[in-house]
Amino acid sequence: MLCGTLMAGCSRGPAKSQSITVAGSTSVQPFAEKLTEIYMEVHPDLIINVQGGGSTAGITSCRSGAAQIGTCSRELRGDEKDLQRIVIAYDGIAIIVHPGNPITNISIEQLQGIFSGRTRSWSELGWARKPIHFVTREEGSGTRDAFEHLVMGKNEISDEALVQDSNGSVREIIAHDPQAVGYISFGVINHQVKTLSVNSILPTLKTIKTKQYQLTRPFLFVTRDQISPSTKKFIGFVLGTDGQRILEHEGLIGIH
Amino acid sequence: MKEKIIEKILMILAFSAIGLLLLITVFIFREGLPVILKSGLPDFLFSAKWAPTKGRFGILSMIISSLAVTFNAILLGVPLALACAITLAEFTPHRWVVVLKPTIELLAGIPSVVFGFLGVIFLVPLIREYLGGPGLSLLAASIILAIMILPTITSISIDALQAVPLLYKEGALAMGATHWQAIRYVLLPAARSGVVTAIILGMARAIGETMAVIMVAGNALKIPGSVLDPVRTLTSTIALEMGYSTGDHRQALFAAGIILFVFIMGLNILATTLMRRK
Amino acid sequence: MKFFSPIVWQLMVKTLLWSLTGLTIGVLFFIIFVVFVNGLPQLSWEFLSTNPADMGRSGGILATIVSTLYLIVIALVVATPLGLGTAIYLTEYTREGPGTRIIRFGTECLAGIPSIILGLFGFAIFVMAFGWGWSLVSGGLTLSVMLLPTIIRTSEESILAVPLEYREVSFSLGLGKWQTITRIVLPSALPGIATGIVLSIARSIGETAVIIFTAGSSLRFPNTIFESGRTLAVHFYILAREGISMPMAYGTAAILIVVILAINISAYLMMRYFLKKYS
Repeated sequence: MLCGTLMAGCSRGPAKSQSITVAGSTSVQPFAEKLTEIYMEVHPDLIINVQGGGSTAGITSCRSGAAQIGTCSRELRGDEKDLQRIVIAYDGIAIIVHPGNPITNISIEQLQGIFSGRTRSWSELGWARKPIHFVTREEGSGTRDAFEHLVMGKNEISDEALVQDSNGSVREIIAHDPQAVGYISFGVINHQVKTLSVNSILPTLKTIKTKQYQLTRPFLFVTRDQISPSTKKFIGFVLGTDGQRILEHEGLIGIH
Repeated sequence: MKEKIIEKILMILAFSAIGLLLLITVFIFREGLPVILKSGLPDFLFSAKWAPTKGRFGILSMIISSLAVTFNAILLGVPLALACAITLAEFTPHRWVVVLKPTIELLAGIPSVVFGFLGVIFLVPLIREYLGGPGLSLLAASIILAIMILPTITSISIDALQAVPLLYKEGALAMGATHWQAIRYVLLPAARSGVVTAIILGMARAIGETMAVIMVAGNALKIPGSVLDPVRTLTSTIALEMGYSTGDHRQALFAAGIILFVFIMGLNILATTLMRRK
Repeated sequence: MKFFSPIVWQLMVKTLLWSLTGLTIGVLFFIIFVVFVNGLPQLSWEFLSTNPADMGRSGGILATIVSTLYLIVIALVVATPLGLGTAIYLTEYTREGPGTRIIRFGTECLAGIPSIILGLFGFAIFVMAFGWGWSLVSGGLTLSVMLLPTIIRTSEESILAVPLEYREVSFSLGLGKWQTITRIVLPSALPGIATGIVLSIARSIGETAVIIFTAGSSLRFPNTIFESGRTLAVHFYILAREGISMPMAYGTAAILIVVILAINISAYLMMRYFLKKYS
């Protein structure tokens, strides 16, 4: 019986033309999974695999061919510009704290102080004398890269920071630790955490769209120059009305 | 004739194991060695600056964290494991042991992610509320690891204790020793090499553990100042960064893997030689 | 120590040891208890037979069960012949010498490689170099490397346990060496070998890091082994880490533990039954 299952599994070899791998940003991943879930219902003979790994991993897998589409939640760097860059949506980076934290607003300077390790206690922001537990993403993360670009500037994130490798896990930590603060993709916020306004602007679909809220970044699909027809069709779906509607429903800002 | 062919086939299969090992070793060394040579072994091992995207590859803080976590896990786990082993080997009626020993071994099969998960749900908040710090800490990782290696150490220690010839114990008892005195002064020393082997194997498992540690240790790069500080071990770094690393960075991770590999291999060889020497 | 009589001291020590033992067993049972209390209610036929939906928030775990099965089958199909062959060679065709020592050393070293390093290796070779990408076959082959030492060790022990007389009688009856092995020795050693294989299965089910690196984490139902798939353990890890759904996470954990316990218990019972039968 086991051998039979194996035989069945081997029957179709690496059918690359009918399968697409979408790999990369963990921020993009849940949205990509939603898109592929719906797309595959309409195209049952197509197989799309969605993987995580981080934005940089997405780019390397795209370049090496392990993935047909690399996903990225930050802008391409200089040496990555040889790849095709397709914006599929815009997302904000939200600064979140535990719901029990009384603070409602934070400035870019304060964020720099916290994440560089200079600001050590919540009392410096107007709360109690408790140490700040700040959480960051891992180095290859597009979200981190965007955060460093948009917030930290020349300051480096301190090596005392707690590190987690996905938006969800950052959110989980903050949801359970009253003294924690971190940054996650806007589309991943839920009722377990409290979002702060940055320089008095709260991230909403409107403020992100109008770029009033400063911390916004594009979600990218990255491909090589030559792509298969099925990949092209899928990308077309994502960029079209249906795909965009799905993304906006899930909390992103469409490209239109 | 057919016999000869079969023998040859089997021989090839047999050498596949060593072949694989060679392949893996060569592969890992080939990937990792260049970066070690480039930054120099001392700098690689003893610099605490790990900023791979900026070309700095010092793994000192991770080595210290790995060692600290393992050492603490042993500190917490070995006394408990030994207590269990002694209790089960000497103080428990046989029919209970037949049930309890396999039960403990069963527990060695629980996946590490389950341990990590429960650690996050129960242990981390406890540490955070009553001891301070973010909860995700060296202490949390040590405790979880201690629990994870307990079954291994206990099981092997029980075997070691039971392997001591009955004569030794009976001799001691005949001379008027209490049960505990017999255990402490005769059995334990006699079972020493087995117990030490168990501990070494436990160490090897602890140092190689990845998932549970990533979930509870906090993964901060800084060298820990106290047990309440978050830590990042060698295994966590490899796991967290492997997916996206390129070029030098990837090689540096392989290099960290080499260090880990060498260390664990050393421990295992030590354990096997000790076991043989018995 | 001199202040207490040995009897009193022994009593104190015994109390201490018993409490520590109780603590240990308590903790271990607590773990299983928590998972079962929260997870067993989740286990319904629906849970087991529906695919995960909405990133795992709803639906069941069918796809992960299938991926796990595929992975284990691949790993065993590769590791069993290699392992058994090695064991047979070591026990039946050679005597202790430099050759066997090298093989044994190799096996022990292989057993000692931490799983994450094997994950690195599998990633670099199967996913990248062979170009198979994240797939069940990459994961299965990497897993087989992990299981090989265990299968070699247990097979060897089982074969060695077969009494010499069986072989001698077989030869005296005119059977050749290979025939003896396949018709006499292996069947007798089968329970031990099977136990080794079964225990390997239990171990593979719990592996996570290695699988993520090589088989990826796609939630889809795998139609071929060249696709990526998410195993039970990986699914649990992702659910738990991201806080996607506590009930789902506990349910998956419960299945994991139930399966592993069942495997270990049956392996143990199998061993005991055959030990009784053959001795």
